[in-house]
Amino acid sequence: MAFRDGPFENLKVPLGITAAFAVIAAGAVAILLLIGDKRDALKTEGYGAVRGAFAKAAAPTNGVFAAPVRWVGSASDWIGDYFNAVDENRRLKQKVAQLEAVRDNNIALNNINRRYEALLNLRVQPAVEMATARTVAESRGPFANARLIDAGTDKRIRVGNPVINEQGLVGRVVGVTNSASRVLLLSDVASRTPVLVDRSDARAILVGDGGANPRLEFLRGVDSVKEGDRILSSGDGGIFPRGLPVGEAAKALDGSWRVKLYAERGDLDYVRVLLFQDFSQLLKPDTLNAPPLASLQTAPQPSPELAAKIDALHPARTYPGAAAPKPAVAAPVAAQPTPAKTPAPAAKVAAPASDKAADKGKADKGKVAAKSDKKGATDKPASGKSTADKASAPKAGAKPAPAKTGTPKKPVPYNRLKNADAQGAGGRQ
Amino acid sequence: MRTRSAVRVVGPLHWVIYPSLICMAITVILGTPVRIFTLPLPEPVIPLCLAFAWPLIRPSMLGPLMLLLLGVFVDLYHNAPLGLTSVAALGVYGGVLAARPIIVGQEPRVLFAWWMGLITVAFLFDYLFMMLQTQVAPSIIAVILQFLPTAMLFPVAYWLYQRFDDGDVRFR
Repeated sequence: MAFRDGPFENLKVPLGITAAFAVIAAGAVAILLLIGDKRDALKTEGYGAVRGAFAKAAAPTNGVFAAPVRWVGSASDWIGDYFNAVDENRRLKQKVAQLEAVRDNNIALNNINRRYEALLNLRVQPAVEMATARTVAESRGPFANARLIDAGTDKRIRVGNPVINEQGLVGRVVGVTNSASRVLLLSDVASRTPVLVDRSDARAILVGDGGANPRLEFLRGVDSVKEGDRILSSGDGGIFPRGLPVGEAAKALDGSWRVKLYAERGDLDYVRVLLFQDFSQLLKPDTLNAPPLASLQTAPQPSPELAAKIDALHPARTYPGAAAPKPAVAAPVAAQPTPAKTPAPAAKVAAPASDKAADKGKADKGKVAAKSDKKGATDKPASGKSTADKASAPKAGAKPAPAKTGTPKKPVPYNRLKNADAQGAGGRQ
Repeated sequence: MRTRSAVRVVGPLHWVIYPSLICMAITVILGTPVRIFTLPLPEPVIPLCLAFAWPLIRPSMLGPLMLLLLGVFVDLYHNAPLGLTSVAALGVYGGVLAARPIIVGQEPRVLFAWWMGLITVAFLFDYLFMMLQTQVAPSIIAVILQFLPTAMLFPVAYWLYQRFDDGDVRFR
């Protein structure tokens, strides 16, 4: 029996209903895509395989499709240049005259700056390498402001590299393939850039909102920004180097501060990618975010001998795997010759005064010395001997240290004990 | 004598596939980083035009599928959140499909009113979604600068509707 002769022969589903089902199904897929999309900046995995493959394919294709548009653009530039040549010539002459003075001043300042750096032995930023690329596509909508450039890992470009043109900062690389990269512009709604006001050194965050002039937010201080102030990248966070020109401050109609981007004045075609890498890009975030005392939990257990000596000083504390705590007897411990890696130096248990000095280190140098020789201890720096040694050594005219007694000592925290040990070891050299 | 060229079948290839390809090509061309007399090229959301015309021409299962793919293409090309344009376009398609019995056959002014209303809802959805996702309210001026070129695509949508309305012989 053929299908058309069967029970479904007269079954007819209205087109509207099937189309409605198709809309619902496609809408569900679209919503899932929207929810599952990762477009986070500065995460390599945010620029997934699909986006990467698309960018790789779109870069050369766009060049072909856009060729006629480029020709029209070039023709309009040519016409504009022709009609504006006289006006532009006058303006440029005026600008050259101004800039010559600035250049001379700049040369002098550079010279002084280099001398200061050499004198102060400053660690200056090394010169940043650059890669030049051509913009092949651009999106300027309110919900996405990005560019596609025709250079990728083949030119050592990485995610996070800053992108500039001849006028100023353009944005940063958020996705890389081997032959194309995606640049997130400063004006994109997802863009946040740490900046500073050149005049006042006030810090702020440049927040893109899809418009031509991004907002300055988290700006503190009274009069920290004025109309026309130069805004530079602050270098905070390590994504951008400090001092890249971003734009000029301008007050918006709603009272908020905005920035007229310098990059908008420059050409759209060519950009330069700074192959800049900061410490934050070299380290894993987990390493930076680790708790400061994490190493104490991962440190190896103390040996039984070490634990016994620690327990002698700190009877209340017990260590798993170590010998049972012995009663604190200070005298025998002090009488024994101290090995090189003993946590408690002889100076520590010799006298309470020297113990304090060893514990507190150099910060308490003056206080300890005040007991013996106020003036001499504070004015004269330690020469050859450590603080602990100086404190433990009997001095002429000083009150002799009290004799050792069998009374239990005041418990010393383990971390301070380690510091004291380090100082004591230094003193024995 | 009748020639073969006289018989012309208008199928989904003509009113769905070809317009989709043209839409993709225009998106790419308008994405060119060039300024004509210091002005950048406009960036309308072209798939909305098809989303309005297709259900008026004929409800089909192919239309929503193509809108999904077109939206993904546009989002990938502009580096927008994946699915944003698809949801907006499918919203317009669904709206026209639901209101089709009362829209079809109306004069252009009425269609234009529907067009403006539906693309406003689509832009409003995009705006709210981006505001929630990025915690920043996108610039109203930028939204208007994209909304206006999109709104000006109504003649294209209307022409497409007039050109292919009842043109599919299987639908007669």
